[in-house]
Amino acid sequence: MPNLASADWLILLIYAFFAMTAGTSLKQSVKQSRDYLQAGRAMPGWLCGLAIVGAGLGSPMVLGMGAAGARYGVASLGWFALGSIPALIFAGLFLMPVYSGAKTGAQDATVRSIPEYLGLRFDRKTRGLSACLFLFAAAFGAGISMYAMARVLVALRIFDQIGSALSLPPIGILLLTMTLPAALVLAYVLLGGLAAAMYNQAMQLCLTIAGLLPVVLLGLKRVGGWNGLKAAAPADFLHEWSGAAYAIGHFPGLGAVGWVLSIGVVVGGGLWCSDFRLLQPAMAAKDVETARRAPLIAATAMVFVPLVAVLPGLIAIASPTPHTTIVVRNENGAIYHDITVVPPAVDAGRGLVPARVDAATGKPLKGADGRIALDYTMATPNALAECLPMGLLGLGLSALLACLMSGVSASVTAFGTVFTCDIFQAFVSRGANDMRLLAVGRWAMVGGTLLSIGAACATMQFNSMLDAIVPVFAVVNAPLFAVLLAGVFSKRATGCGAFAGLLAGAAAALLHHGLALPRGEHPGVHGGWIAVWHHPSSGMALGLGTAGLAFCVSLVAIAAVSAFTKARPEAELACLVHPLTKREPENKPWWRRPETLGAGILLAAIVVNLLFI
Amino acid sequence: MFFDARISIGMLFALLGTILTAFGVATRNNAAVYTKSLGINANFWWGLALLAFGTTVLLVGRRSQLRTEKNAGLGTGNGSMRLTETRKH
Repeated sequence: MPNLASADWLILLIYAFFAMTAGTSLKQSVKQSRDYLQAGRAMPGWLCGLAIVGAGLGSPMVLGMGAAGARYGVASLGWFALGSIPALIFAGLFLMPVYSGAKTGAQDATVRSIPEYLGLRFDRKTRGLSACLFLFAAAFGAGISMYAMARVLVALRIFDQIGSALSLPPIGILLLTMTLPAALVLAYVLLGGLAAAMYNQAMQLCLTIAGLLPVVLLGLKRVGGWNGLKAAAPADFLHEWSGAAYAIGHFPGLGAVGWVLSIGVVVGGGLWCSDFRLLQPAMAAKDVETARRAPLIAATAMVFVPLVAVLPGLIAIASPTPHTTIVVRNENGAIYHDITVVPPAVDAGRGLVPARVDAATGKPLKGADGRIALDYTMATPNALAECLPMGLLGLGLSALLACLMSGVSASVTAFGTVFTCDIFQAFVSRGANDMRLLAVGRWAMVGGTLLSIGAACATMQFNSMLDAIVPVFAVVNAPLFAVLLAGVFSKRATGCGAFAGLLAGAAAALLHHGLALPRGEHPGVHGGWIAVWHHPSSGMALGLGTAGLAFCVSLVAIAAVSAFTKARPEAELACLVHPLTKREPENKPWWRRPETLGAGILLAAIVVNLLFI
Repeated sequence: MFFDARISIGMLFALLGTILTAFGVATRNNAAVYTKSLGINANFWWGLALLAFGTTVLLVGRRSQLRTEKNAGLGTGNGSMRLTETRKH
């Protein structure tokens, strides 16, 4: 495994330095809570758009894209496109005018968070419930990101030499790789707030691309170009739709239509239309027009960026598998044996993707079907370590750390804002003045980071918590998306309906997850912890099914309860509902309107995906 | 109020590009380093690419920052307005 040269360390340190300076140089611009929690609502559109993508491409997403590329091939490109681009375009065209146009009434200020919007549109109890659910999901998600990346970095054994130089036990390196990036994030976020987070997210996105693109280019050269990739990868990995049919065939019971709806609507909507961690940069835009454009800019980036993250996985699986080799040389009569030993996990793996290892015995694990279970998350990192020479390796590592930090910073800033506005100001101290809010905001961000580190340590103890991210999404995000859709598009939806929708959706998700267990898994985090009544074909099918069910149950509950409760008069709903939002007079020519941009992005996405058909 | 983010992004990539290019030039005769990239001096070429990207972004950011400062200057009171007017001629 590679060691780091001084050039690599220099690159890492320069990146860390620039991340810090974003915080220090923005500190003087932070004078009130609006500057701290909302970046002064002064951000330009391109920065908001890039920050949205940077926040979305946290370590689970980037590692997950590589893993999906290694497991399902190019078909996964279609899924990532389906799960992000339509939702982002929808958010930009229809949701952002409502989220960023809704007025709180205090000095004509606009809403600062999604729970605050829910509080205006519905009532305080909906605001409180959604805030609590969000705080839990944000801290938990950040903790998972930290552990996932730390595990990967430790497995790469890149920091082994520095660990032994400091005489640290193995767990010490893991703890350091978890906490040091989090500490750096906290440092610049404490100083500069959301603005520092956004500046860094844009920078981190550029760095992620700058670090992963050489892996794609060099890796393709190594396996012999596209044809070499085709020859070495399993059948259908390089064809998007026939590959997708092959993968969908593995998940019967959903069908192609159910697949498209689950991914596009529920997963995409639950993530890009309702998760405040990803919407916060858009809500910091300088005006409503810019806020509309930000998700569209993000959608444009999402047409091309997944290529950079998915292809390293394909390259990893198509590369030759390292095996233990013995080469016998005969030099001047003396016989030399050159032995390269490879750990059993790597030997039993496929390409550069190692097998999953039993923690106790160190032996490769076998899946339910008797075949070796592969550790797909290691696909991108191993491809990076194999393809990049000294120098670029430092850049690649910075890219991995960058995507970790951008995801964590999004969680921390969102945690801070929601706690300050929707728990503290809404329920604890309604008359708090601005300086107090600013102080609470800073403390909340510290608290959020500490909670995330706690979650990361818990995941260190119970590795299966990494898979809990899917049920958490189904419990928190899917019902939230249903409630937001109802709130934005229906004048008839009421507060009691929304509250019931959140609760019913969460309950349905928990019930479904507790009663279903994919074949070959043990009851627990993977499902079936109440009883086992149903066997979906895989973990992914279970996740999609749970999220889809939560979404539908939530909608039904909102409709049912709202029918029996009194709706608010239209005058009160003036800027809070899409049908009643003032539309600026459209005097722009048709080719400059956001709708045209949205249609153009969709077309570009279809063309890019057609290239792989 | 907030400085243009393109300036810091541009500076970072220009700096990274310079370091990588310099490292690439320094190790250009070292075959062991470039066995992974099949003999291509990847540091040098990618360093140049990043340097180009960084300088472009930095220039765009500087131009935008100067324009914002000029607009802010034009908007503040009669004194500075007269000053900029005379400067224009």
